[in-house]
Amino acid sequence: MKDLNCDDIRKLKDKATVIRRHIIKMVYSAGSGHPGGSLSSTDILVVLFFHVMKHNPQKKDREMDRFILSKGHAAPALYATLAESGYFPISKLESLRKNGGYLQGHPDSSVPGVEVSSGSLGQGLSCGNGIALAARLDEKSSRVFVLLGDGECDEGQVWEAAMLSAHFKLDNLVAIVDRNGLQIDGKTEQIMCLEPFSKKWESFGWHVIEIDGNNIEEIIKAFKETECVIGKPTVIIARTFKGKGVSFMEGNLAFHGKAPTDKEMICALEELK
Amino acid sequence: MDNLLSTREACGLTLLNMGHKEKDIVVLDADLSGSTQTKKFAEKFPNRFFNVGCAEQNLIGTAAGLAIGGKTAFAGTFAMFLMRGWEQIRNTVAHDNLNVKLLGSHSGLTNSKDGGSHQCLEDIALMSCLPNMSILNPVDAIEAEKIIINEVYRKGPSYIRMNRLSTPAVNTDDYNFEFGKAVEIREGEDLTIIATGTMVSEAVKAAEMLKKENINARVLNIHTIKPIDKNSIIKSAKETGHIITIEEHSIYGGLGSAVAGIIVENYPVPMKIMGVNDRFGESGDYNYLINKFGLNDVEIVKNARELIGDRK
Repeated sequence: MKDLNCDDIRKLKDKATVIRRHIIKMVYSAGSGHPGGSLSSTDILVVLFFHVMKHNPQKKDREMDRFILSKGHAAPALYATLAESGYFPISKLESLRKNGGYLQGHPDSSVPGVEVSSGSLGQGLSCGNGIALAARLDEKSSRVFVLLGDGECDEGQVWEAAMLSAHFKLDNLVAIVDRNGLQIDGKTEQIMCLEPFSKKWESFGWHVIEIDGNNIEEIIKAFKETECVIGKPTVIIARTFKGKGVSFMEGNLAFHGKAPTDKEMICALEELK
Repeated sequence: MDNLLSTREACGLTLLNMGHKEKDIVVLDADLSGSTQTKKFAEKFPNRFFNVGCAEQNLIGTAAGLAIGGKTAFAGTFAMFLMRGWEQIRNTVAHDNLNVKLLGSHSGLTNSKDGGSHQCLEDIALMSCLPNMSILNPVDAIEAEKIIINEVYRKGPSYIRMNRLSTPAVNTDDYNFEFGKAVEIREGEDLTIIATGTMVSEAVKAAEMLKKENINARVLNIHTIKPIDKNSIIKSAKETGHIITIEEHSIYGGLGSAVAGIIVENYPVPMKIMGVNDRFGESGDYNYLINKFGLNDVEIVKNARELIGDRK
């Protein structure tokens, strides 16, 4: 990872705004989808795809880093990020969730840049482990990044996978948890208490970094730190706001899985400039 | 291959042999590597073997990731416990058409003493409805070896159903395995017994008994339950006019259901589906259970007589 100057950081922030605008337009056009968790994840995705990851939108290459969106409902954020990275034309974004559309409601591996289909929660970290083990067998320096939701961590398979990552000392794997504190039915701590969340990961043998997950500088710093961790996997617990970037969506559970109305769409795009 | 071995033992040996040849084979297990026989591979190739502990969902997901990373991943545990990862199999392995080969050992009633919790009479049904998934059920050790070798090179996911116990040899070393093709074990023109796995030898014995009653039964071994060999089944319906299917599996959603669908759509003839009749297994000796559930040569003969009845 190269060092970034103020101009580079400004560009990343601008890119996040562009992607947030895509998310609003895609979900509005589809008439359904998950804007809240897409907007909370955007800054993480931007730093990964436009700074951290070695990747090549032109061809699949086992030397390259890989990304898995385990919280598949943030598909609009992933698709917008992939399109902005050059994996497919930006014009395809409007096909999300449409009849015969190019983009399925949840990530589908038929789309360039989507390593594995997801949507059913709790499964991405296991796949990430497998990819990391394969890379190690092949003596590749590539890394695997898996983005999970916090509500998703209710799934038992996440912890089966977390044990495995530590057991096999997968220091070529980084998990990021989008800790926005909300899941469909309410606050994560009320539905199924996750805290002490960091301690859980630590006790499972992970190196834990906690950050403000909507702060580009902190995200960059966290990924820099992951490069120095040897012999264990790293999890970045990224505290975020659901709906980040649009005032009336921020922290608003209603926008977990609801499209904006005409008026809300216009207001949201006004704010995202 | 020693043909007195069980299909799981043959599979374990074949994986070991193929491991020397093909460096991209990896094997995973969920704390049953001694039982599934993946231990043989594990001892020789510890770097390419991953024991995930008692965690079947993670077993499937990790295998999927290894396949995405370019490996051919064989993932084994008891057939029954593999089904715990059905949703992972559906949403990742089958959906993304990955090179994951699922090894379901101790299938059917063969885990006899452990009882209903460990026996598996539903796996064919659960795997059949998954797009991209192939289902293989070797009849003996020789066929198991050939199936594993074929699966090393054939792209895409599969479910390979294996037994705990040694099964009577049906094939010889010169046997030529062809994926997706039924094997006519015995000729006949009055009736066709379509069998899979452990039940093929019962079908052969039944055919011999029927011969004494002047009924010539054809026997088909269906080692590939999906994609199934439609042409051979339709041809048998046309040429023999009566069909019995038999499997160590529920009568719902298995070989019988697949054959019935083909017969009804293409050439309806009188048919009898033999299998476990909508119930769970129980503890006991294997032979006790097989007889209790009516999965033997004598029952096939009875059904054959009823089916043919006065028509002959």
